[in-house]
Formats: sequence, structure tokens, C-alpha cells
Amino acid sequence: MNPSFVTAKARGCAACRACSLVSHLPDGQEDGFCPRCGEPICIRRRHSRQTAAALVASAAICYVPANLLPVMRTYSLGGGVEEDTIIGGVMLLYGSGSWFLALVVLVASIMIPLGKLVALGYLLWHSSLHRNASAHEESRLYHVVEVIGRWSMLDVFVASYTVALVQLRPLISIVPGPGILFFAAVVILTMLAVEYLDPRLNWDVTAKGYEHHV
Amino acid sequence: MSRKPTRQRHYRPAPPATLAACPLCDCLQNIPPLLPGDEARCARCRHVLHARPRHRAEVWEALVLTAIILWILANTTPLMVIAAGGLTSSTTIGGGALAMWREGEQVTAVVVAFCAFAAPGGFLLSLLIVMWGARRQTLSPHLSEVLRWAHYLRVWSLHEVMMVGILVALIKIADVAQVEVGIGLLSVAGLVLLFPLIGLNFDDAELWRRIEWVSPTPGTAEAPPA
Repeated sequence: MNPSFVTAKARGCAACRACSLVSHLPDGQEDGFCPRCGEPICIRRRHSRQTAAALVASAAICYVPANLLPVMRTYSLGGGVEEDTIIGGVMLLYGSGSWFLALVVLVASIMIPLGKLVALGYLLWHSSLHRNASAHEESRLYHVVEVIGRWSMLDVFVASYTVALVQLRPLISIVPGPGILFFAAVVILTMLAVEYLDPRLNWDVTAKGYEHHV
Repeated sequence: MSRKPTRQRHYRPAPPATLAACPLCDCLQNIPPLLPGDEARCARCRHVLHARPRHRAEVWEALVLTAIILWILANTTPLMVIAAGGLTSSTTIGGGALAMWREGEQVTAVVVAFCAFAAPGGFLLSLLIVMWGARRQTLSPHLSEVLRWAHYLRVWSLHEVMMVGILVALIKIADVAQVEVGIGLLSVAGLVLLFPLIGLNFDDAELWRRIEWVSPTPGTAEAPPA
């Protein structure tokens, strides 16, 4: 690694997240406003790890009912009621022969939310150790979580449009179950956690402990 | 970073070098003038700092107008129609959120309405305003508000996820009823293709350069180049 890199922080500057203008903050101040577009800017996001950790913890709690409670209830002719959890929906898809879609839903609804929770937990835990030799990998992990995270919303859309369409009373009708609310909460909370976690924090530690890793 | 020099005279002169700090690793660096189609990566973490579109602004304008027409189509025509035992049922994009609201899942309904309808629509509307406002040489500071909105609404536009979600719903329903794909779903497919193209051809750096600053106070001047 080249030691000649200078961070904006070292110069008392911060980049705007909206228009990417680099501006000087008044002496000794951590936050301010972008002079070009008015967006709030900060050298490092305040309480970034704490807020992100709280959001990840809430998401992890919501993840349990999201998977245990049914996301859809099917009422069919003759008074039959069938309850579908997320993993049940994957099984159903696999059973009906569309293994590819089953795989898509499995990845989007189970693996991505879980992977996101684990990845965010890892990033939080690792950045709190203050002996960071792997900022490159963590930056990449953060970016992947940021880009792929949106796909975990898939099952919320599947449920919404199934419910919207299958309203053939009295033959068959589908209503949403309580699980969908928790599932949407997991997605929104982890997206907010990614938003709050300041990726620049990982590199600060690297700059400090630089001599140990060369 | 060189490209074929053949068509360069069609473009505006290259912008001057700009100072940038990587959003991922905060590394301060100068972005050299870029040719159309070039991208600048962070010297430390290789994150893409800026990509200059390959095509002229007119191409971007055409893409945005096409997307707006498709968006109107996608929201007014049914996504799909199902039929079973003489009963039929259809839904539009808003129908998904409406059904959730009616069935007592109001929070989920708001999330679905925002990500599937409001965010993509707001994104396209703000691009339309930007396009209209960018006809002047210096852009009003009000436009920076719109550009900021466009930046954040893009992140929450989950129409491509919605598209796959609808397809999964469709396959599931195909077991119990006859399914017919509507014009709306084809329009959504068009939008899924157009949004990345709009992103690739959107020269927001060029717009930001021309915009009038909100508060050009002496205390917050641009930092000297590193």
C-alpha cells in the first residue's frame, strides 16, 4: 500500500454525498452543509457504528418472526385454509417443478437477508477491533451489501401481487399473513443500517496501524 | 484511458480536473479530464468515482422521455390478468399496494407503494425537471434540490425487484389459474432495461458544475488540490 494517500479528513474536508464536491469545514467542526447543493456533510458520520448496530440488532430480531410466521394465507372453496411461510413458498415452487424460480426466491428471500445481517455484523465487529488489515476486503463487502441488499425485498413484492391478483372469491383468495410485515422490516432496517454505517471508518484504522502491516 | 479518437469533435470540451474524495475510503485525489466513455477509479480502493457518459446529452434526454412514456403505460394498464372458473381478476402496479392496505397490512402497503410506484415515478419526474432546467447556461440553485432528490430516489426505486417478484407470483398462480401477461408488465420490463441506461448516460457532474451555489460563503470554499 502506498503511504502517500491523503484523506479528506486529514485536510479538514468532507465530500458531499449528493454532488461529490469536496469542501473545507470551518475549523474544528465535524459537520456542516455543502456550499453547492445544501446537503448536510460530515467528516465522519456521528454515532455511525452505534446507530448501525442498533438497526442490525432490530433487524436480527425481526428476522425470526419473519421466517416463522406465515406470509400468505390461502382460502379455497370448501373452507380450506393454507398457510405459507417463506421457506414453505420455496418448497412449493420447487415441488411444482420450477426449481430455477425456487432458487431465485431462496437466494433473494433467505440467503440475502441472512447474508446481509452476517456481513453487517462482521463489518461492525471488525471495525470496532481497531486492528484492521483488511480494509480493501471490507470496502468491497460493504459495496456488495449495498448493491445486492435491495433484492431481499423480492418476497414482499411476491406477496403483494399474489394477494392483489388472487381475489377470485369464493373460489380462491389469498390474504397477507403477519410475517410479511416483519420481513419488510428486516429489509428496510438493514438498508438503513447500510446507509448509516460510514464505510470511511474502516480506512481510518488502517491509516493509524499502517506501520504494522507493511 | 484512451479511446478511439474518431468522434471526439462531436462532444463538448473536456471538463477541467476536479478534486474528489472517495465515498468509500475518503482518499483525496484529482480526477483528470475524462473522455466520453471513460471512468475514473479511486487510486486506493478502486471504487468508481466518476464515469463520463459515452453518448451526448440528447441520448439521455431521449431515454428519459421513453422511460416516462413507459412508466405511464406501466401504471395505467394491467400487469396481468388471471382467470379461473369463469372468474377473472387483474392488477396494476398500484393494485399491489392497494390490496395490502385493504387486507390490513398498511405499513407493508406504504413500503410497496413507495418502492414500486412513488420512487421510480419521482425519479423520472425529477429528471424531467432537470432536463427542462438544464436548457439555461447557469442552473438555478432550486435545481440542486431536484438533483439531490433524484440521487436518493434512484436508490429506493425497486422496480426491477418488483418485476422479478411479479414473475414469481405469476408462476405460483399458474398452478391454480390461467395467467395472461398484460401490457403493463412489458412496460415494466422496458423500464428495467432503461433505468441502467439512463444512469450510464446521465452526466450529473456536468450539471453540478453549471449549477449556482446555494451558499458561496468564504468559510466553506473548495479545498485546494492535493
